Amino acid sequence: MPGTSSPTSVDTEEFGRELDKLRDEVIASLGERDAGYIRRLIAIQRKLELSGRALLFASWVPTAWVAGTAALATAKILENMEIGHNVLHGQWDWMRDPKIHSTTWEWDTASPADQWKHSHNFVHHTWTNVLGKDRDIGYSALRISPEQHWHPIYLAQPFYNALLALFFEYGIAIYDLELERIPSGRKDPKEALAQLRAVAAKIRRQIVKDYVAFPLLAGPAFLPVLLGNMTANLARNVWAHTIIFCGHFPEGAEVFTEDRLEGETRGEWYVRQLLGSCNIDGGRLFHIMSGNLSHQIEHHLFPDLPSNRYAEIAPRVRALCERFGLPYTSGSLARQTGSVWKRVLRMALPGPRRQPSSAVPPERMLKAVA
Amino acid sequence: MINPLWAAGDLCGRVEAVKAETVDAATLVIRPGRGWIAHRPGQWVPIGVDIRGRRHWRTFSLSSAPGRPDGCVTITVKAARGGFVSTYLVRRTEPGTVIRLGRPEGEFVLPEPLPPRLLFVTAGSGITPVMAMLDGLLSSVRAVTGPDVVLVHSAPERDEVIFGGRLRSLAARCAWLRLHERHTRSEGRLRPADLARLCPDWTARAVWVCGPPAMLDEIARHWTGPADRLHVERFRPVPVPMIGGSGGRVRFTGSGREADADGSTPLLVVGEGAGVLMPSGCRMGICYSCVARLRSGRVRDMRTGQVHGDEGDMIQTCVSAAAGPVEIEL
Repeated sequence: MPGTSSPTSVDTEEFGRELDKLRDEVIASLGERDAGYIRRLIAIQRKLELSGRALLFASWVPTAWVAGTAALATAKILENMEIGHNVLHGQWDWMRDPKIHSTTWEWDTASPADQWKHSHNFVHHTWTNVLGKDRDIGYSALRISPEQHWHPIYLAQPFYNALLALFFEYGIAIYDLELERIPSGRKDPKEALAQLRAVAAKIRRQIVKDYVAFPLLAGPAFLPVLLGNMTANLARNVWAHTIIFCGHFPEGAEVFTEDRLEGETRGEWYVRQLLGSCNIDGGRLFHIMSGNLSHQIEHHLFPDLPSNRYAEIAPRVRALCERFGLPYTSGSLARQTGSVWKRVLRMALPGPRRQPSSAVPPERMLKAVA
Repeated sequence: MINPLWAAGDLCGRVEAVKAETVDAATLVIRPGRGWIAHRPGQWVPIGVDIRGRRHWRTFSLSSAPGRPDGCVTITVKAARGGFVSTYLVRRTEPGTVIRLGRPEGEFVLPEPLPPRLLFVTAGSGITPVMAMLDGLLSSVRAVTGPDVVLVHSAPERDEVIFGGRLRSLAARCAWLRLHERHTRSEGRLRPADLARLCPDWTARAVWVCGPPAMLDEIARHWTGPADRLHVERFRPVPVPMIGGSGGRVRFTGSGREADADGSTPLLVVGEGAGVLMPSGCRMGICYSCVARLRSGRVRDMRTGQVHGDEGDMIQTCVSAAAGPVEIEL
């Protein structure tokens, strides 16, 4: 082993190189199979949405209402998560199909694509779990880590987290405006206003489509169609909230301080992404329905690799973590959701005292292998 | 979703048949979808084809005249050496394949009204736009009043003449068409002096030339007639993978700014240094906030070292360096 650098930092960089190799390997093997996957999925999603809306038109039959609502909710979940989220990440840009491209895609949610790409792809994925940098820690509304200062308002957070689950898409859209940065002058109020207008326009379109146009088209089935659409939207919101909160908030996910970022190397960046993310165990269908965010670790290591590849590389990432003595947090949906809610409840109260992971945690974490 | 040919906005075509023309050239019969605008004989069309999941765009001359009874159009492709897309089209395309189509374009067309005397000088696959023109002439010209047409076509050997059989029978059938076939492997390359011998009044004719750049340049140099009577069509050279690729002049076409870049500076940084309003985000190749359209040139992915880029590609400027001269639409 070279004399000057400490064995642990050598290991961190070696870990990074192994991940880089894995990434190159996947990129080199992208092809027709992957292109077929996303195109097929988009076709399935469209057909689901179409049949859901058609069934709802016959919703005087109770089973048709249930089936239609379920199909529509499934379609909306697919559209937001496995398709929208991942297309906007640029995961499918390599196909050079302008119709399935991060720069042209728009989705059925309150956040305009370009605003969301900034707050999510850039802020969250670059500064993942760094206090004061990654606004996704508690979405600037929840206290989910002891390092966040307690305030009496957090006593109400179990209640408003449940409310946030129901109206998640609006929560995210408003959150993207970064309103809390306006008083300190870090955000131009004019810019926020322009963004707010764009959000309002999107919300208006969705309301007109789901709560006016389609119910009116259904004529006598106006009310059941409206209720079906609303149920589908709420179900999508609750599901997205559940999955996304399992990504970074369960027990085991770490938060970091800003000094951690200073001179951060590629390897250290990888380690931070790994330590800040948690996976959810499940079958193929579950992974697709979660937008493969159940592979949150793989997604955070390689945010722009096509999501259909995460399941394939997960065992190799896990093996690498074992080899380098790094934790790889994973659990069932029930366990991870329970863990998230436990945190939300606990952090509503003051304390406990704990220091966030310092600037030099890999040394603590990595056991020398070589 | 139901039939790609019906979709508005994204013009598609379905390959109905693939006919071998020579050992390394084939004609693709394409049924254009909704939104296709009829072309003029001699024009070219951008074709987008998905190979291993990636879309590749190339332009090809249409080799058919508009108004075919079956409603189809054709392109005729020669598998160029090292030509990834052309080889795929000739050897691997199956009937039923759906391709993207651009709009037919180009000024290499016949004027209205037709000049009385025409000369076509072609070589290799340069015959393709002229074949479309001859087809168009065939359906519009009556033998008695028709123009006087000379075609001088070069190909390495008799067997390698694209449309050889059709051209020969056309020349036998039509009194208005004179065909000179030159087989360069035995007779050598066509020179302007040969042209003067084969067609003494060549500079007095309206001339259309399509073939390799050297031939075009030589003919243009020896042309003594009015400039507007010489029509030249240059096929874009097949992109050759670059070796090395150590920076180059970067031009930002939207802002008109330029800068010299080395092969290890991201285009994002180059642009910012030149005062271009560059969109940016993570600066490490993960967030795709910085993508910009490549107008020309090739770039090197600084993570993999891979040199890539076709006209119109969206590239990540934060992890791409110039591999030779580059134009970015920003």
